[in-house]
Amino acid sequence: MLVLGLIVTAIVTSEGWPNVRETFFSPDDFADAFPDVLEGFWLDVKLFLVVEAAVLVLGLVVALARISRNPALFPLRLLAAVFVDVLRGVPTILVVYLIGFGVPALMLSGLPTDPVVLGGIALTLAYSAYVGEVYRAGIESVHPSQRSAALAVGLTEGQALRHVVLPQAVRRVAPPLLNDFISLQKDVALVSILGPLEAFRVAQIEAASNFVYTPLVAAALLYLCVTVPLARLLDRWERSRRR
Amino acid sequence: MPRFLLALLIGLLALAGPACGDDDDESAAQNTPTAEAADACAPDQLALKTPGTLTVGTDKPAFAPYFEDDDPSNGKGFESALAYAVADKLGLGDNVKWTVVPFNASYAPGPKEFDFDINQVSISEKRAERVDFSVPYYTAPQAVVALKSSSAADASSLADLAGAKFGVQVGTTSLDAVNELIKPTTQPQVFNDSNDTVRALKTRRVEAIVVDLPTAFYLTAAEIPDAKIAGQFDAPGGDDWGLVLEKDSELTPCVNQALEELKSSGELQQITDKWMGGQAGAPELQ
Repeated sequence: MLVLGLIVTAIVTSEGWPNVRETFFSPDDFADAFPDVLEGFWLDVKLFLVVEAAVLVLGLVVALARISRNPALFPLRLLAAVFVDVLRGVPTILVVYLIGFGVPALMLSGLPTDPVVLGGIALTLAYSAYVGEVYRAGIESVHPSQRSAALAVGLTEGQALRHVVLPQAVRRVAPPLLNDFISLQKDVALVSILGPLEAFRVAQIEAASNFVYTPLVAAALLYLCVTVPLARLLDRWERSRRR
Repeated sequence: MPRFLLALLIGLLALAGPACGDDDDESAAQNTPTAEAADACAPDQLALKTPGTLTVGTDKPAFAPYFEDDDPSNGKGFESALAYAVADKLGLGDNVKWTVVPFNASYAPGPKEFDFDINQVSISEKRAERVDFSVPYYTAPQAVVALKSSSAADASSLADLAGAKFGVQVGTTSLDAVNELIKPTTQPQVFNDSNDTVRALKTRRVEAIVVDLPTAFYLTAAEIPDAKIAGQFDAPGGDDWGLVLEKDSELTPCVNQALEELKSSGELQQITDKWMGGQAGAPELQ
């Protein structure tokens, strides 16, 4: 704690601090920017909720495709493996950029051109790759005897998966899943590169028009308002599970 | 715990401390060149980052008509030519070193890596609280570049444009111009850089973009043949471009002096005409 105090003291007594305080922590600029940034943040929240739901479904599909054993499903397994390798291996910002600017350039009718939709699709694809692997780890952690026992009592392969394996698997991977969602909640800001006025972009505009960085601090606080409660929720969940 | 509180208290006190003593050296920022300053502006007296060399910042990509071939050091393009002219007036010959400074980094607090930044930066009062601006070297009207296929291309007034889907680059005064004068019914889309903005127009993600007039002429002539200049209008509060210098830089009066000399000798006009000429003929939008 003493160390922390010393660090804080060193920062606030440094020569550049008055300048930094004026640029990053000006209450006036904060009050000016906050309402607009908050409006932009609402877009982030909406996008996050929709993308999260889509990721939960698509991620599961990817995981199920990867663990399938039927020889006839080999192409599907291959496809899922390539999907995960590619989308997990490319920086999310690039996925957003390539889909956001690439898809409209095709000029095919019927394809979405709305940047929010395109950005949402890109984030869904990228995060499904991560979440698919989390699901897969969970499913594979369920002992094979569970499945054998389920089959032995007369359940079909599908029923065994649905009623015996998946419930255990999902419960086990809930913490890493939530972890990925905290990460997603931050990454929705990447959609800003496609043009929509979400919190980060709004803050950047205000910052650039007045040459101050305070609006960006305001945006950061808003993100914390969502990610910190999510993290606490995660902690509590884990603790209750251990009991 | 008490120790933690103590540490926190020290931090808070130190935080509040400098706030009380208001700095009074800010008034020194806007001095005009005087006889005294003239001596201080001798080549060996200049407060340069690297003695004998003028370090000039600009963003990348550096695009026409302000730069050519994304290479500021070739002396071609309006701002490149102007930077060399200023260096020459300061008595530095062509000793100019270029450094890449993204627009959003040009106003970061703390010491700067450039002597001045030249990047079509509009002067405003709020901005001048954070950096020094030189005297204006150009005044740019705003222009609407619209796809020929869109109705925005046939607009005869700003009101006609309200229904169009606009794209603009982040941090530009063009965005203020759109929001305050055109007031479009669809929220304008805001892109990271000029390339993305142009790409959005090319791929029909937006129907029109707003840029400064010289850029508009370049774009319609070279980059987007499908688009035309629907018209020009004045940005709210005018749009004077200035060189960006560190706040309270000792170099500011010298740079201003050099710019004033370039203005009175007609050289600035020559450079402007050479690189930004041929801008007549865009209809005015009210």
